[in-house]
Amino acid sequence: MPYAIELRDISKRFGAVQANKDICLQVPAGTIHGIIGENGAGKSTLMSIIYGFYEADTGHIEVDGKRVDIRSSQDAINAGIGMVHQHFMLVENFSVLENVILGAEGGAVLKNGIGQARVELQRLAHEYSLDIDVDAIVEELPVGLQQRVEILKALYRGARILILDEPTGVLTPQEADHLFRILKALKDQGVTVLLITHKLREIMASTDNVSVMRQGEMVAHRETAHTSKEDLAELMVGKKVRLTVDKDEAQPSEVLLSAQNLSQFDSQGVKRLKNVSLELRAGEILGIAGVSGNGQSELLNVLSGITPMDEGEIHFAGQVITAKAPKNAAQMRDLKMAHVPEDRHKMGLVTGFEAYEAAVLGYHNSPVYNGKILMNRKVMLDECNERMAAWDVRPPNPHLKTANFSGGNQQKIVIAREVEQNPEVLLIGQPTRGVDIGAIENIHEQIVKLRDSGKAILLVSVELDEIMALSDRIIVMFDGAVVGELDAKDADERTLGLMMANAFNEEQEGVSA
Amino acid sequence: MSQAKVPTWVNIALIPVLNIMLAFLVSGLVILAIGENPIEAAGYLIYGAFGYDEGIGYTLYYATNLIFTGLAVSVAFKGGLFNIGGEGQAYIGGLGVGLICLSLDHTMPLYVIAPLAVIGAAVFGAAWAYIPAYLQARRGSHIVITTIMFNFIASSLMVYLIVNWLKEDGRMAPNSRTFEESAWLPYLHELLSPLGIEIGDSPLNLAFIWALLCCVFVWGLIWHTRWGYQLRTLGTNPTAARYAGIDTAKVTIWAMLISGGLAGFVGLNEIMGVNHNLLLNFTAGYGFAGIAVALMGRNHPIGIILAAILFGALYQGGAELAFEIPTITPEIVVVIQGLVILFSGALEHMFKDRIEGFFIRRAVA
Repeated sequence: MPYAIELRDISKRFGAVQANKDICLQVPAGTIHGIIGENGAGKSTLMSIIYGFYEADTGHIEVDGKRVDIRSSQDAINAGIGMVHQHFMLVENFSVLENVILGAEGGAVLKNGIGQARVELQRLAHEYSLDIDVDAIVEELPVGLQQRVEILKALYRGARILILDEPTGVLTPQEADHLFRILKALKDQGVTVLLITHKLREIMASTDNVSVMRQGEMVAHRETAHTSKEDLAELMVGKKVRLTVDKDEAQPSEVLLSAQNLSQFDSQGVKRLKNVSLELRAGEILGIAGVSGNGQSELLNVLSGITPMDEGEIHFAGQVITAKAPKNAAQMRDLKMAHVPEDRHKMGLVTGFEAYEAAVLGYHNSPVYNGKILMNRKVMLDECNERMAAWDVRPPNPHLKTANFSGGNQQKIVIAREVEQNPEVLLIGQPTRGVDIGAIENIHEQIVKLRDSGKAILLVSVELDEIMALSDRIIVMFDGAVVGELDAKDADERTLGLMMANAFNEEQEGVSA
Repeated sequence: MSQAKVPTWVNIALIPVLNIMLAFLVSGLVILAIGENPIEAAGYLIYGAFGYDEGIGYTLYYATNLIFTGLAVSVAFKGGLFNIGGEGQAYIGGLGVGLICLSLDHTMPLYVIAPLAVIGAAVFGAAWAYIPAYLQARRGSHIVITTIMFNFIASSLMVYLIVNWLKEDGRMAPNSRTFEESAWLPYLHELLSPLGIEIGDSPLNLAFIWALLCCVFVWGLIWHTRWGYQLRTLGTNPTAARYAGIDTAKVTIWAMLISGGLAGFVGLNEIMGVNHNLLLNFTAGYGFAGIAVALMGRNHPIGIILAAILFGALYQGGAELAFEIPTITPEIVVVIQGLVILFSGALEHMFKDRIEGFFIRRAVA
């Protein structure tokens, strides 16, 4: 029997980034197939290729054993593929019925189409137990039901293959459980489901097969019944070249920074950071482990003053920082806190700037770089030249646009900028993401050197090896909260992997998002 | 990772020239269609703009207004803001100039009035830009919408003020009394003739020199001060600006204040330099043309000067053309100007990607 959908050697490149590399995937009809991987592993790109948003550079797609040419979402719909996006594509002030027929109105006069759609929707709702009031206005429905409208929309267009992209991200645990019951019902009716997620629990609970993606490649296929959370967690995070860092025993002394009960809500009112407390001592590296998207970014942003906290307080450099008495990023820098952000393109650099300009970002107000009126270009250039030599940035050209340096060299520009300010506390996120092996070693050495000079370092990384190699103490985050803390000496991949998947105490908790 | 680069001259010279050529080509077809000879028309246009002293003077006089509004658009744009309100800011800036002149021309000499008029133009123009800026920075109202609306408010406000308060008593014309000569910016032909340099009479006045000084000021401000550094950071990567601790609301407001002030200087040229009274509609669309000038000049002062001279030449040469060939009405001249704006501004990317692709492929090969 042919596969419901088969991908053959799909590759896609965006500029220098290989988003998908030689992806092969076979999904038998009438199964629920999970695709798991960290943020940025290439899952969404792959699904966008299947749904016709992007075209693959190489490779092709087969549906029911026949090669299909998908160049637009219309082609995908014609091939029987439906997609439920992470962010719903609904017209909020339309009714359910109007949303479902959108793009398939069936003629210039709406009345006929609406009549037919009403009958067809009732049949679908009955068949798949997707009960919904078809005349309700979408914006008045709870999120779980809005998602149901998306599913109905796909089925109405004749989808036999349904792709769901991170479907539970916006749902409550109860709604998520309901969703999985619906998916089971769809499967029983012969629909093939592709479930994209980075949550291990969902994969284990609902899928028949699972494929793991890492850094744009498909690294493993497993039958869900014959795998385990630990196995998948390890595959997701990946075993890199064994990292070794020469470092002596840490000599932690006084507390430089302490945070109590930090919480933060996003614009939708979802709590992204949940009562996080931590202490950071001089002369130690505190590693924050966790699958990405579990609150680490929010923690970095709150500590560095980029986004204000909603609850809790930070004690740093003799100051108490609270929601009522916040400090912005510039004020935190003045208190000698440096920050290497997780995403150097989005945050750490201005890629249109020349290197010497990007090398003072955040410190541009410092009297060192400024004359009375104009900025002191000569000082900036001289310093940039010195640092490029000291940090082995290639090419050592301060006038080159930062966009034209390689990832590793861009990262060196950012880290040099922050470390050379001689901060008391360094927050550093994903220090070696997209950095080549040689540069990784160099960056790690610099981090240890800063620690040995009595500074405190908070390291956020999704690379377990990096966390274990560098940290003196490790905190694990899951779903915005701290779920465990251990000494680096006691940490191994298995323990951390389980903690990262929050599998230690999940049995007792039952359902958790 | 090495990225192939497009030679700089392609971007700053080849593509703009190609766009203009295409605009002229299509204009030629329009002129053919109304039964005239496009070569002959082009001859009149170029001669009218650059062929004799007075023509050059007029071209530069138009360019002066366009430099001010072009700079205004580009300063805002460097901060990621699209200031469509140059027209209204110029109008209100002119009010500032007019009020200074009307109140001081009987008592003060030029060297007192002129600096005060500069300040008046800047303050009034900036004040008019402040309200949309505040609404954008602190309340999230979209600056494109608010600045457009403020053009209409400015227009109505000026009609009200001039008709009800500033109109000369006993006259029907909707303008103020003519200023005393102590409040006239000297013409360049007057300034140069004592030095033995004779240029023909034209409205070109001291405001042109001020426009060039403003270009230097904007260049230094954007590329060599820390405020400019913050502005450019905000304009290209707002997330990085927050990371760097830049007060984005404050930078936004200041960018609009400077932008509005620059637009206000149109009033110097028009009110104090040429008309010598406060009148209606002296901005005549310069605020909008400034958007095209800034686009074409790549938001760089040198580019803006060149683009402003090109547009000034179209205004002046176009008038000459309409005079010499009566079948080419002023409306056809507006069509030609429109085509230049269309091809160099709106259709900028028509060739850009292909030409850049060509050079990238050639660099790789």
